[in-house]
Amino acid sequence: MTLIALINMAVTAAQEAGGGEHEASGAFPPFDPTYFASQIFWLLVTFAALYLLMSRWILPRIGGIIEERRDRIADDLDTAQQISSEADETRSAYEQALADARARAHNLAAEAKAAMDQEIADETAEVDAEIAAKSAEAENKLADARTKALAEVRGIAASAATEAVNLIGGLTVTEKDADEAIKALESRQEKSV
Amino acid sequence: MVDTNPIKQFEIHEVAPLEIAGLNLAFTNSAFFMLLATAAVTLLMALATNKRALVPGRGQSIAEILYGFVADMVRSSAGNEGLRFFPFVFSLFIFILAANMFGMFPYMPLPIPGVDFHGFTVTSHIIVTLTLSMMVMTIVVGFGIYKNGFKFLKLFVPAGVPPILYIIVTPIEVISFLSRPISLSVRLFANMLAGHILLKVFAGFIVMLGAAGAAWGIVGILPFAMVIGLTALEFLVAFLQAYVFAILTCIYLNDALHPAH
Repeated sequence: MTLIALINMAVTAAQEAGGGEHEASGAFPPFDPTYFASQIFWLLVTFAALYLLMSRWILPRIGGIIEERRDRIADDLDTAQQISSEADETRSAYEQALADARARAHNLAAEAKAAMDQEIADETAEVDAEIAAKSAEAENKLADARTKALAEVRGIAASAATEAVNLIGGLTVTEKDADEAIKALESRQEKSV
Repeated sequence: MVDTNPIKQFEIHEVAPLEIAGLNLAFTNSAFFMLLATAAVTLLMALATNKRALVPGRGQSIAEILYGFVADMVRSSAGNEGLRFFPFVFSLFIFILAANMFGMFPYMPLPIPGVDFHGFTVTSHIIVTLTLSMMVMTIVVGFGIYKNGFKFLKLFVPAGVPPILYIIVTPIEVISFLSRPISLSVRLFANMLAGHILLKVFAGFIVMLGAAGAAWGIVGILPFAMVIGLTALEFLVAFLQAYVFAILTCIYLNDALHPAH
């Protein structure tokens, strides 16, 4: 109720206050054609000025700033990418070097082992040959000794037989005879065998 | 006696007379507000982007956001080819926005000695909004014919319609095209006019209640609260109408670029 009364009050007040004005200017101001030409003119002037200032100065400037930032970010990303790939390369190079070194160490170990084995085999062969030589020599010596001993045994047998014959039989038998007799015996033995 | 006439804010006063070829082109308070909008926009934008900082400050951020906002608007409704009109749409948007915002000052003394001026909203005059919308339509028709030639008329003959229906569709399209400058200008004008009248009517209630007597003065709190709410609403409308005007401009420019739709 109060609100309606207030609105009524305002409308009448507005009409009373506006009454004088309307008589003076003749129309509701937004529809009053007196200043239409002036408004169009000044709107075109100011808007043209604003358009020129914006399109020639302000907007290229803001566009430039945004472009610059975008370029900078792209550049930074490129650099980061480059550094990262460089780091990758360095790491792969390091890994390669490590693998090479390992392979080389392995080879060296294998070579050393092979050389050692060869040496051992050589030395073993040498020692074996020496042992064989020494053994052969020893056998030879043994054989000589045996031959010599056998010869001596025959001589001793002959002299013993001579002595025995001399003592028992009173016969004089020279050692030469005894030796011949032994030989004859030996050959007979051999024939019977 | 205080003046509570809500129509007074729309009055135009001559500041400096100017007459060319018999036309009254006087510099008025309306022209002053147009000039103020242009100068303030240019100055603020220039100051905000003066440092050309890689990491923007507050002012530069706002300038960049406005730039991106309008650029996205143009791109989304008129495509990348529409970007050639970006400076025009940007100027239109920022000019209407600034004019609407300066209109939000209830009282704006002019820096001219001896002249005491009320607040004024440039866009609350039909002739201003009509001029702006005719500017848009001139560009749409002019560029549409320049770029597409005779094919621009395809705008009135939409594809995919059975031929018999063209008898109905074409007149509708023509009427809809012709009503564009009217709807574009009246929408902005009516919004600003109605909003500001409402604002001043309620503000007038406060003054009248204050003058009515001691007890009525307390009731004045009610219209005062209303004025606060309406002021907030008017700020929204001031932005929204500038946005609506700009986006409709983009949509109409899209027709000039691609009339076959």
